[in-house]
Amino acid sequence: MTTTDVLDKAPAAAPVRGGRRRSATLLAGCTLTGLIALLALVSLVWLPYATDDTSGGRLAGPGGGHLLGTDKLGRDLFTQLMTGSRIALAAGLGSVLTAALIGVTLGVLAAFAQGWLDDTLAAFLDILIAFPTLLLAMLVVAARSATLGSAVLAIGLAQSAVVARLVRILVKRVLAQDYITAARTSGTSWPRTVAGHVLPNIWPTLVVNLALQFGLAVLAEAGLSYLGLGAPPPNASWGRMLQEAQATFTTAPAGALAPGVLLVLLVVGVNLIADGLRDTLDPATRQRRS
Amino acid sequence: MTLLDVHGLTVRTADGRTLVDDLTFRLDAGERLGLIGESGSGKSLTTLALLGLLPDGMRAEGSVELAGAQVVGATEKRLTAVRGRRAAVVFQEPLTALDPLMRVGRQIAEPLARRTGLKGRQLRAAVGEALDRVRLPEPGRIARAFPHEVSGGQRQRVALAMALACEPDLLIADEPTTALDVSVQAEVLDLLDTLVRERAMAVLFVSHDLAVVARIADRALVLKDGRAVEEGPVLDVIGAPTAEYTRTLVTGARKLEAALDLRSAR
Repeated sequence: MTTTDVLDKAPAAAPVRGGRRRSATLLAGCTLTGLIALLALVSLVWLPYATDDTSGGRLAGPGGGHLLGTDKLGRDLFTQLMTGSRIALAAGLGSVLTAALIGVTLGVLAAFAQGWLDDTLAAFLDILIAFPTLLLAMLVVAARSATLGSAVLAIGLAQSAVVARLVRILVKRVLAQDYITAARTSGTSWPRTVAGHVLPNIWPTLVVNLALQFGLAVLAEAGLSYLGLGAPPPNASWGRMLQEAQATFTTAPAGALAPGVLLVLLVVGVNLIADGLRDTLDPATRQRRS
Repeated sequence: MTLLDVHGLTVRTADGRTLVDDLTFRLDAGERLGLIGESGSGKSLTTLALLGLLPDGMRAEGSVELAGAQVVGATEKRLTAVRGRRAAVVFQEPLTALDPLMRVGRQIAEPLARRTGLKGRQLRAAVGEALDRVRLPEPGRIARAFPHEVSGGQRQRVALAMALACEPDLLIADEPTTALDVSVQAEVLDLLDTLVRERAMAVLFVSHDLAVVARIADRALVLKDGRAVEEGPVLDVIGAPTAEYTRTLVTGARKLEAALDLRSAR
């Protein structure tokens, strides 16, 4: 073997991938989430009906030109589900990105802070966590307006506290390790140490948590929309579809069941992804499994 | 030439406990000093203080001059410049001293690249050489392995290769063989001895094990409760200890050895 291919390649001897159960988890999660993402992508270029097309007659049952029937205003349910998937995914992604950006920055800072600053940050995060997400969201929505952006901002803010607290603990734990001291004794500067050693080592735990937060954000957005605090009409959010179908549940259950089922599928999907990621990202578990 | 000049080094915790007390010693270029003491005697803290790496809440006082640069109270920026070039550390527990998520080769490449400025293919070749120098078999395979995929002795060799990659003037070895099996321990000690001799590197060897220190060091400094109780050529310290504490240590070590002799004589 030559020394030229010494770095950055998977060891030939060690079975890195393996364990059918793990890849099955990840695969199942990706499939579920992928299906809904596909729905959202298709909705960008094609919809069965226009979103404001009320020609279908009220509360029509499934079949007869409407795959899942229509709602109480005569709009096609499947069309609404498709546009709703866009909102659900956007809410999840937007919130998680906001939470990751603010949370990781705050968490790393808090981990490095000492004395009163550390205490203050920790207390601030605890308060933010103790503050109910929905209440925070209502405040944000009241201060701004009921748009998807407000909802995402509110959910992202609330989640950033959770992420920050997790990151703070993870970073502190990593900083106490000898390899950080070793890196520093070899003259690695703090920024390089954080980028090269700290972040990669908290990444497996962090990314699993972010995946879970994605699921929670989707649920939170649905909750906000249910309360009328999410994306305003005529945008069809799954949460609002649930709310609108509530009154007619006994006569036309499809209107409530369909968005509910999709919501569950998406959340279960990202949770499966989180589980699968946890097992594949850590080289130590990777080996134990194989 | 004095490489390391420690004068009145004192380390205190935030609540005022003194962990290292008024320590004074010198180390010339190419010289080997053994720092002896039981756990809790302040050995490791001393080594950390030498590089300005004390844990949060601990403060160092006194003076530590490493190659003419004052370490105590120096800014992080100046310390980063001193570390690595002047001194590198090998730690006791090789598993935690290596980043678990980074392939071994890259961990060696990092300080190597910083010192030499090599890139790509040349850097890879240099990493291979560095692994070869610490007598690791199959350097290609080891470089691509994660730390948990190689054995304890191999990990410590990797850590040694990382430290040597900086070509430091001073190698600080903090109980580098304590976590290893006895047979592996001897091999690593021999290797350390050879490598350091080849480079005329100064060594600060920290250990609780008299026999190990006797093998590596020229001079010995005995620490008890953060204070230096005895200092001198290592053979004198072990052969004719003057301090009460050193005598206890030596007697204890001899008893162990005697037990070994007795058993094998049977």
